[in-house]
Amino acid sequence: MNGVSLADLTGSLRAKLGSAAAGWLDDALAAVASDARAVRTWFPAAARKVGTAPLDVRDHEGAAPWGADEAARAVMLVALGTRVSQEIEDLYRYGDAAERRAILRSLHLVPVGDAGTALVLDALRTNDERLVAASLGPYAVDHLDDNSFRHAVLKCVFMGLPLARIAGLDTRADAELARMLAAYAHERVAAGRDVPSDVWPLIDRFPPEAELAALADELHADADGRRRAAEAALAQHAAIRGRS
Amino acid sequence: MRIFEPHAHMTSRTTDDYEAMAAAGVKVIVEPAFWLGQPRTSVGSFVDYFNSLLGWEPFRASQFGIVHHCALALNPKEANDPALRDGVLELLPRYLVKDRVVALGEVGYDAMTPEEDTVFAAQLALGIEHDLPVLVHTPHRDKLAGVRRSIDVVRESGLPPQRVLLDHNNELTVRDAKDSGCWVGFSIYPHTKMDEDRMVAILREEGTDRIVINSAVDWGRSDPLKVAKTANAMRQGGFSEDEIDKVVWRNPLEFYAQSGRIELEQRLEATETFAGNSILRGERVG
Repeated sequence: MNGVSLADLTGSLRAKLGSAAAGWLDDALAAVASDARAVRTWFPAAARKVGTAPLDVRDHEGAAPWGADEAARAVMLVALGTRVSQEIEDLYRYGDAAERRAILRSLHLVPVGDAGTALVLDALRTNDERLVAASLGPYAVDHLDDNSFRHAVLKCVFMGLPLARIAGLDTRADAELARMLAAYAHERVAAGRDVPSDVWPLIDRFPPEAELAALADELHADADGRRRAAEAALAQHAAIRGRS
Repeated sequence: MRIFEPHAHMTSRTTDDYEAMAAAGVKVIVEPAFWLGQPRTSVGSFVDYFNSLLGWEPFRASQFGIVHHCALALNPKEANDPALRDGVLELLPRYLVKDRVVALGEVGYDAMTPEEDTVFAAQLALGIEHDLPVLVHTPHRDKLAGVRRSIDVVRESGLPPQRVLLDHNNELTVRDAKDSGCWVGFSIYPHTKMDEDRMVAILREEGTDRIVINSAVDWGRSDPLKVAKTANAMRQGGFSEDEIDKVVWRNPLEFYAQSGRIELEQRLEATETFAGNSILRGERVG
């Protein structure tokens, strides 16, 4: 999957920078180009120097816009060229949350091969929504195995992250993901709770009969709360299906 | 009332504490690095600890509307461990350049060993190199001698005294600490160090210039509302709202703002909002 191009990202960033910030970025890129180790001190300082304003570029429709700090950090990583693989794992390991997000979002722009997958999986193990969202960009679409990708989607559902944030959901959604989401919807109804509405389009692409039947059976549950939750969920499902 | 909590080890506290602190007026917290109650055995434990102070803990605080900053250092107790000393000192420059690192700290003395001398001086030099103020822990045992020796080491370092906060003072150390030109910190604890009424008496004696108070909450018996409670004691003791604001907000802010890295509002990263919605409003796990 493509995501934002380096040219668009750089253009959007440069358009946003005042002269002091632009000068700082030039110095940073020169320092990094002459000595890869310089990235260890320039990279963390980027947010203070170029700000964090949102740019008008996104990796896909529904993704969060890139921030100026993230873009500046991305172009620094690109400036490392092939030396990026010597530095990127340590930058991530010693990085704060914002640095880690920038690294995760940059993975499709730098020549790291498969080495970025471990960073994506690390971010997916956290409970920080911002890291999880940043990890599910164009690189993850191309590198996560099916099981990891499905679990990443489920994790977003659990955390209340809009699924529109996930890159490549259309190409990666499959029958097993639909089954897992329908089972989750049933679980929510059985607990008398509501179901996040953005799971239904994914379920409907590969409707899992057994799980949907079990969910419909909740209309006849003994407990009032379960019956009401089932009615609400099925009404929501019908409304969303009617819209599409 | 707005409160800037200049010293709290939130890693050891629950979300109930964050909630109560926010309700009491705490808007900003600085969490200095210290020891964890039991010794660490590898430099890697410090990597994880520093990462937590820069990542997970600010995230937890933000859920209660509190802006979290940290001070980083090798603490005096573990400065005595040869397995940690050099590795952590080598690690620090990588972290001292980061956003929200607003000081070196806690540095200083525990048992006043030669190893502590070396590490203390090395970290004051890092404070100069990275243009950061320094939070100095003063020892519990042999307190007055420890404060005086700390002041000597600060003087020798060349770091201007106004960039140093000497913490954990009491009635016997306050004079030396104030005369040094450093900022003077008091930790208000339930049973040790300093209590609210004694603090009010000291403020009457010394005035409010260069004085900050903190709860220093950690894993021991401590109370995250001690700054708010001391502010109330000041109020009952006849201090004006302006004087209270100076002690619980403007003074600690002025000290840490010397770093140039204090953020009074949660910085809204582009990734945090989508279509005007904070993702933090989403449903929480569990």
